[in-house]
Amino acid sequence: MSNATSSLDTRKRKPTNIFKSEDPHKAEKPKRKKDKERRKATENGIKALNPNWGYAFVAPFFVMFLIFGLAPVIYSIVIAFYNWDPLGDEQQFSGLMNFTDLIVDDQFWTALRNTFSIWFFSTIPQMIMAIGLASILRNPRLKGATFWRTILLVPNITSVLAIAIVFGQLFGRDFGLVNLALTYLGMPAHIDWIAEPLPSHIAIATMITWRWLGYNSLIFLASMLAIPSYLYESAELDGASKWQQFRYVTLPQLRNTITFVLIVGTIGGLQVFAEPLTLGGNMSGGDSRQFSTLTLFLYEQAFVNNRWGYAAAIGIFITIIVIIISAINFAITRRISSEEND
Amino acid sequence: MSTLKLDEPMVKPQKRKIPRWRKMNPLSYILLGLVGFISVFPFYWMVIVASNGNDEISKETPTLLIGPRLFEVIKHVFQANEYFGIAMWNTVFVGTIVAAAQVFFSSIAGFAFAKLNFKGRKFLVLFVVGTMMLPSQLGIIPLYMLMANLGWINTLNALIVPALVTAFGVFWMRQIIDAQVPNELLEAASIDGAGVFRIYWRIVFPLILQSGFVLGLFSFLAVWNDFLWPLLVLNDPQQFTVQVAVNQLQSAYTIDYALNLGGAFLATAPLLLLFLFVGRKLVSGVMDGAVKG
Repeated sequence: MSNATSSLDTRKRKPTNIFKSEDPHKAEKPKRKKDKERRKATENGIKALNPNWGYAFVAPFFVMFLIFGLAPVIYSIVIAFYNWDPLGDEQQFSGLMNFTDLIVDDQFWTALRNTFSIWFFSTIPQMIMAIGLASILRNPRLKGATFWRTILLVPNITSVLAIAIVFGQLFGRDFGLVNLALTYLGMPAHIDWIAEPLPSHIAIATMITWRWLGYNSLIFLASMLAIPSYLYESAELDGASKWQQFRYVTLPQLRNTITFVLIVGTIGGLQVFAEPLTLGGNMSGGDSRQFSTLTLFLYEQAFVNNRWGYAAAIGIFITIIVIIISAINFAITRRISSEEND
Repeated sequence: MSTLKLDEPMVKPQKRKIPRWRKMNPLSYILLGLVGFISVFPFYWMVIVASNGNDEISKETPTLLIGPRLFEVIKHVFQANEYFGIAMWNTVFVGTIVAAAQVFFSSIAGFAFAKLNFKGRKFLVLFVVGTMMLPSQLGIIPLYMLMANLGWINTLNALIVPALVTAFGVFWMRQIIDAQVPNELLEAASIDGAGVFRIYWRIVFPLILQSGFVLGLFSFLAVWNDFLWPLLVLNDPQQFTVQVAVNQLQSAYTIDYALNLGGAFLATAPLLLLFLFVGRKLVSGVMDGAVKG
């Protein structure tokens, strides 16, 4: 949009060079060259500024990151090979024992299963709803657009702890509003949303969805607003229905955003702990570990059982899954985009 | 003529009447209203429970109106944890320092990454992005050991120093400065003889103030809402942050919903008040930071 207008402006201001013909194709050229130069300037930085200041400007970040980010991560890899006891004086090297213990630990598999179950219930429905909400919010005829956008973001600013306390009460078995509402709707419910595994996963996933739905809707909205409108106009001319426009114009254009939201959601999903921690009141994740998650399990091993080496091994395991899932996501996106280019 | 034709579809829609697909469906408003209601209801419920007490909400049909006992419960919270007020102050203190530091360090590093041509820049940007993928709990044990060695356990330093600058902030600021600060302006200032830091401080920083404010707000919110790390490194009630203080109200033996939700209300109300004023800025901040296309 802005490109088109500015190119028109350029032609108005300096109509034509006397050495060049009146052909608009030629008039377009200097502008393109300038564009290219500009792009080059952003890629290479501005020549006039002394580049060496760059090192000084990024130094604070890197120094802080090395001390408080990277060094602890590397050190935790070391710890994972030890039978590390924070109260002991000398730490005992244990090789791969923490990892082999992990594989045969039932509690670990329970936590893994729970994490993926909660991830599924919190990511997939949320994404579908967020795309739906975004397609409503993008409509230029929507009244009170700012109001709706703002109200959707409210859940995102509050603490997980405060909200988990409220939801814990709402999901109560005897006097919880959720069961009450279900009963009113004709589905007499006496569901124990905390003691039973699947309902507890749904309760936790509801908290996560409640918190992130508006945020992700805004992300999708920003992405939709960036889709050039002529795509819709040509689809319209071709007689595409609303649904077809959504399916063949909007969705493909959202591909990168969907990948982004999925990756961020997955990384976040693998780190879920605050909701189950507050819902259960301790780090075991419920009386029968029905909503113990990987990260909660890590914290339990580290700070309840004082098994630091074991906890570090869990952390490495979580990191490996994050990397694998991100890689799969990237690979899928790449494949889709290359197929579309064919 | 042919170039004009190319530009046509991009310029013309303003004159055209809005295409058919853009008409609003009344169902959309019902849906938005429902989602909006669900978004704010838990806050309302917090107030209902806190203001009515435990007996009232344990009835067959609980009340949906705000009761008379809100101030009583708030008083009760301050009695149950005499340092609740101090905890709120601590959190504001830590949050303000962290927010200011994040804005400064992120924007200056983002400026360097967006506009300065130093060697290894591209690699370092990739490095910053890569670090965002590391799960934060991976290094939490050594970080705890480091805090212990520095003697920062039970001090607010343990919350402030590791949070002063994050990869997310740096990368976000890089994107913003790249998009919002025109190179011509920086070149002109440089020709006029301004030094690089002066250019950052007098030209770049004022231009990105809006986005910097949003980053600062998000940093502040992160500090206010952080729960596990303060719980681990603080054990003296006088050093608590607000979330730890709320958590402290939860007893293992009896569940006092009114007290718990009273604490949750106190921990949330300031944010909601803040949101009234800055909500719109946060919305545009979230949308500016989104990947497009």
